Amino acid sequence: MAPVLEVSGLKTHFFTRAGTVKSVDGVSFHVERGEVLGLVGESGSGKSVTGFSVMGLIDPPGRIVEGSIKLNGKELVGLDEEGFREVRGREVAMIFQDPMMTLNPVLRVDTQMIEAVTAHDKVSHKAARERSRDALAKVGIPSPEERLNAYPHQFSGGMRQRVAIAIALLHRPPLIICDEPTTALDVTIQSQILAEMQGLCADTGTALVWITHDLGVVAGLADRIAVMYAGRIVETGAVDPVLDTPLHPYTSGLLGSLPAEGEPGAPLRQIRGSTPSLARLPQGCAFAARCDYVQADCLALAPDVTPFPGARGVRCHHPLNLAGVAA
Amino acid sequence: MLAFILRRLAQALFVIAAMLVIVFFGVNVVGDPIYMLISPEMDQQQIAETARALGLDRPIWEQFLVFLKNAAQGDLGRSFVHGESAIKLILHRMPATLELAFVALVLAIVIGLPLGLYAGLKPESRLSRFIMAVSILGFSLPTFWVGLMLILTFAVGLGWLPATGRGPTVSILGLETSLLSLKGWQHVALPALNLALLKISLVIRLARAGAREAALMDYVKFARAKGLSQSRIIGVHILKNIMIPIVTVLGLEFGSLVAFSVVTETIFAWPGMGRLLLEAITRLDRPVIVAYVMVVVVLFVTINLLVDLVYSALDPRVRLTEATS
Ligand SMILES: Nc1ncnc2c1ncn2[C@@H]1O[C@H](COP(=O)(O)OP(=O)(O)OP(=O)(O)O)[C@@H](O)[C@H]1O
Ligand code: SF4
Ligand SMILES: [Mg+2]
Repeated sequence: MAPVLEVSGLKTHFFTRAGTVKSVDGVSFHVERGEVLGLVGESGSGKSVTGFSVMGLIDPPGRIVEGSIKLNGKELVGLDEEGFREVRGREVAMIFQDPMMTLNPVLRVDTQMIEAVTAHDKVSHKAARERSRDALAKVGIPSPEERLNAYPHQFSGGMRQRVAIAIALLHRPPLIICDEPTTALDVTIQSQILAEMQGLCADTGTALVWITHDLGVVAGLADRIAVMYAGRIVETGAVDPVLDTPLHPYTSGLLGSLPAEGEPGAPLRQIRGSTPSLARLPQGCAFAARCDYVQADCLALAPDVTPFPGARGVRCHHPLNLAGVAA
Repeated sequence: MLAFILRRLAQALFVIAAMLVIVFFGVNVVGDPIYMLISPEMDQQQIAETARALGLDRPIWEQFLVFLKNAAQGDLGRSFVHGESAIKLILHRMPATLELAFVALVLAIVIGLPLGLYAGLKPESRLSRFIMAVSILGFSLPTFWVGLMLILTFAVGLGWLPATGRGPTVSILGLETSLLSLKGWQHVALPALNLALLKISLVIRLARAGAREAALMDYVKFARAKGLSQSRIIGVHILKNIMIPIVTVLGLEFGSLVAFSVVTETIFAWPGMGRLLLEAITRLDRPVIVAYVMVVVVLFVTINLLVDLVYSALDPRVRLTEATS
């Protein structure tokens, strides 16, 4: 079967006064039906812009300048606003990072859910309300009938994110893009919501793109992983091999900065330096200035993707752990 | 909610009482009205008699006590000039002023809101820049000059609309209004537009700032991600958020519309209480001035109270803070 989502050669640039910001610059990946893809990278690497590109939510001065986004085989790049409107919420939904900001503070929860139902299905107000109530119940919100009449500020952060999840699930879309949906929540609620989300999507066969900068979250949740750096995907593959034997120095650096298991108190190793400006990327590898393995050719030529066995790929002239992969 | 209203009512009464004191002494410090009221031929004895008849010969604190006692009964004295109850004079003229201010307020919203929304949602477009330039003019041109220009253009030049006066009035539910006839609207059009000009500019600015801010909010992006139509996002999600500051500010500005109507009423010979005030000031007709100020104070206080109630109806978060405080 065709993948739910197939992104190839996507370039989304922002034409600002300070220059062209190449937030997404040649990104390719795909998501299979029911699969969870973890999209990982530091702040500013272009994860959200990738997600918004799929949703058609890139506003001026930003624009998709190149590439293709196929959702269930249908090309999205070049669709007009009404075309995108029909897709959003029904074929692909999105959940945002900050649950405090995603719900409109002056509209009741029922208003915000019912309008989401009727945006795609011409059903009666009553039917839409019942569907909304059931959706709230499904994401574990107690006494959903009463909670429908509440305003967002009457919910805690975790509960608001559950409402957002319920809204995303209303039309049972084959794909949901989750943009760091648990980052703003505290740890216990974070893991609760992760577990529930996993269960719900397994039940409905919904595929997820889970955006995060936390490799720990991805390890337990995702089937495959795509590591993003400076607007490009630098490493992809199934979760376990990538985390066990990272090929890219950046992936390895991210892993090194995680608190190690069984070694509490051990110092964390940060990747030195910081993300380069996306308006002035160097000619060679974008990671060169921070890489411990940099060589002369890295500075001259930006690396292309090298495929590896097990459907892995890496964008590096001198991949690590080659022995581990060959074995 | 009831406690909230009661507390507000108590505050309102206090404000009115404080204003009574300030206004009475303020007005009595300015000039001696007796010299405006006598004719030059009068001798000292006649002057003293007139003063006694009006109660102006007694010490000021005594005058104040009498004033307070009467004020409590809704009597703010008799006009020196007209010989009628001052409060009656004012209240008789008030409907005309309120009508003018109301039409101006409606104009401010009907014209200002769509223009401001457009300018906020399409900040880069040429039309938006034009709208903002015009709104700056609206802020900086003096009301009386614009009024004269409106008369010159639409009344004298084009002859479309009458320059002065108010249309025929009818009374419904005890309220005199001229808005039920075409003629009435023709008369109110120019003065209301003149009075509204500043508020139109204000609403444009508020709506634009609000729309620009709201358009960047996550909840608007999320609403789009749900597949809502553009019209629903603008008409419900954005509008409801920007209406909160606009309703608040406009509600409070209604009082200043009434106050500013002094100028507009004079230019367009609108028979409202603003014109009456101007006459009263030039003749030092103290009771009328006091009555005008008190009526306006009560109006302000009532409006503030209403705005608070509407505000809490519009913004659910306000109710919460009131309930927990
Ligand atoms: N509207 C915009 N105008 C200009 N630049 C933008 C705009 N939106 C995003 N960018 C730029 O695109 C780059 C990628 O941003 P993006 O939000 O995708 O990062 P991210 O990986 O999601 O980071 P985070 O973890 O902080 O959410 C950033 O450098 C940002 O400055
Ligand atoms: S290409 Fe060179 S600089 Fe870039 S990550 Fe690989 S080794 Fe480091
Ligand atoms: Mg982001």
